[in-house]
Amino acid sequence: MGTMRKTAGEKTFDVFLYMLLAAITIVTIYPFWNQVALSISDDTSAYATGMLLFPKQVSLESYELVFQYRPIWIGYGNTILRTALGVSLSVFFTSLTAYPLSKRGLPGNKLFTSLILFTMLFNGGLIPNYFLIKNLGLYDTIWALVIPGMIGGFNVFVIRNFFRSIPESLEESAKIDGAGHLFIFRKIVIPLSKPVLATVALWVAVYHWNAWFDSLIYISDANKQVLQIVLRKIIVENNVEDINTILYKIGQKSDFSGRQLQATVIMFSLIPMLIVYPFVQKYFEKGIMLGAVKG
Amino acid sequence: MTGRGNPAEKEEGEYMERTMPRLRGSAKISSRRRRKRSEYRILLLMLVPGLLYFLVFHYLPIYGVAIAFKDFKITQGILGSEWAGFDYFRQAFEDERFYVVLRNTLLISLYKLAFGFPAPILFALLLNEVTRARFKKFVQTVSYMPYFISWVVLGGIVISFFSMDGPVNWALKLLGQEPVLMLGDDRYFRGVLVVTDVFQSFGWGSIIYFAAISGIDHQLYEAAVIDGAGRLKRAVYITIPMLAPVIVIMLILRMSHILDAGFDQIFNLYNPNVYDVADIIDTYVYRKGLTEMQYSYSTAIGLFKSAVALVLVVATNYIAKWMGGKDHTLW
Repeated sequence: MGTMRKTAGEKTFDVFLYMLLAAITIVTIYPFWNQVALSISDDTSAYATGMLLFPKQVSLESYELVFQYRPIWIGYGNTILRTALGVSLSVFFTSLTAYPLSKRGLPGNKLFTSLILFTMLFNGGLIPNYFLIKNLGLYDTIWALVIPGMIGGFNVFVIRNFFRSIPESLEESAKIDGAGHLFIFRKIVIPLSKPVLATVALWVAVYHWNAWFDSLIYISDANKQVLQIVLRKIIVENNVEDINTILYKIGQKSDFSGRQLQATVIMFSLIPMLIVYPFVQKYFEKGIMLGAVKG
Repeated sequence: MTGRGNPAEKEEGEYMERTMPRLRGSAKISSRRRRKRSEYRILLLMLVPGLLYFLVFHYLPIYGVAIAFKDFKITQGILGSEWAGFDYFRQAFEDERFYVVLRNTLLISLYKLAFGFPAPILFALLLNEVTRARFKKFVQTVSYMPYFISWVVLGGIVISFFSMDGPVNWALKLLGQEPVLMLGDDRYFRGVLVVTDVFQSFGWGSIIYFAAISGIDHQLYEAAVIDGAGRLKRAVYITIPMLAPVIVIMLILRMSHILDAGFDQIFNLYNPNVYDVADIIDTYVYRKGLTEMQYSYSTAIGLFKSAVALVLVVATNYIAKWMGGKDHTLW
């Protein structure tokens, strides 16, 4: 198709196509850019115009102020902790569970598979889960955030199918040399499964980084809150008094407009994502393919 | 290819027979059996943590739905609370609010379906026509971005965007219209929900269609070009028909989620002013259960939703299987 000459009609279509896609791209980027502009603008111009393509006065003052707002850093710490813990536990236990299931001769394989599959289709609901966490004594601990979602049925099957694609001959020759399953799992299967494990790790990481609802209902100690909850208070609940109070206490200017401060806070959560995203983007696409191809 | 253990099992058995010829006496046979049993024992042991996890964190809560059938008091626990039978379900079906919530759930889901389902398909079709690889990659990457942002942050952006002094109202004022706080207005709230939902998901949703398009045989296009078919004809007569199976499957699978109208999004964007149009089953269950502490009532509604959803998922999967063959379903 590349060696074909395009007709005049096709050339016009091309122009419209590129313009339309460029418009879509701009529309997608613009809301984010709006927040960037708001965050680096001087206090007063935030009210001046709503359009705000570029601030009238550039000032990083609000960044300096939010920087000093301790709860955000506490939130960062808790989120990083839960993500690291969550990903390691999840990848370990999910692959540990997927390995036996990848052996078709395993007694009860069909039963176990159905049991796990069922959990993907039905769950007890909000209240039963809430009381379970409370009754297990996990309330207000990091385990309430990290354990409930630890092994996902979908991930088990994705990893299991990958394990099945590993040639049996490798396992057979190891067995002849006297290796047991634990050895095979650790030294053969896992090293060969790096792609799928990396993909699952990434999915779980994004889940934990963005998770907020479990923290909302299971965590009451402010020092244990994750970043999303700290953000939520400021952004969604429109509660900038906390920030202003703290800033006032440490002798800083305390009359920043709500929208402007919120934009800066939003940037605090977007920037890490934007930095990491380009590097991991291709893993996500590959991951979708892994998940979509069953069997 | 999924879960059909029997042919493989037979193969494995035959393989064992061939490589370890049956020796005289029962000693070798029982030691083989012993070896297999200890091998399976290790495997089953490896399975224990996972099974324990599923038992405690997935099946125990299912037992917890008993709360819906009892007059649950925390101090008495599930076992100690009085039996209430279907009382709370009856209460739900007699509750006017329940029908409002149900209606909202279905309407919002359908609106989102009407706009949000075609969008990724159209996007994939459009982008497929682009020949400049760098531009294509760039547009794709940008389109995926909103998907990775939580609704806490995205919600904040939306709130700011639609606020009285935000860009949307600025544009309205420019066009001579009165500014409106859309997120607080019954008439516009659902619209904002739908638009922002499409915004978040159109890019990511297009991935599967891209994959499907890339699987279409190029020779079909080349033959069409030779016959003089222009771009539009090629799209209409080749691309779309070839995509039809994927589209139908995706549509059917989406139907199975029709009772999930988007809790994360709505919870972060809604407020009491718009409860009448925005309250969905999940938000209602949350408020009734955790803020108003009507545990039994809330669990009953939640159970209703889960049960219907289960039926939907199973039914839609069977339909998908019947239509498209085994590769397109959940199992």
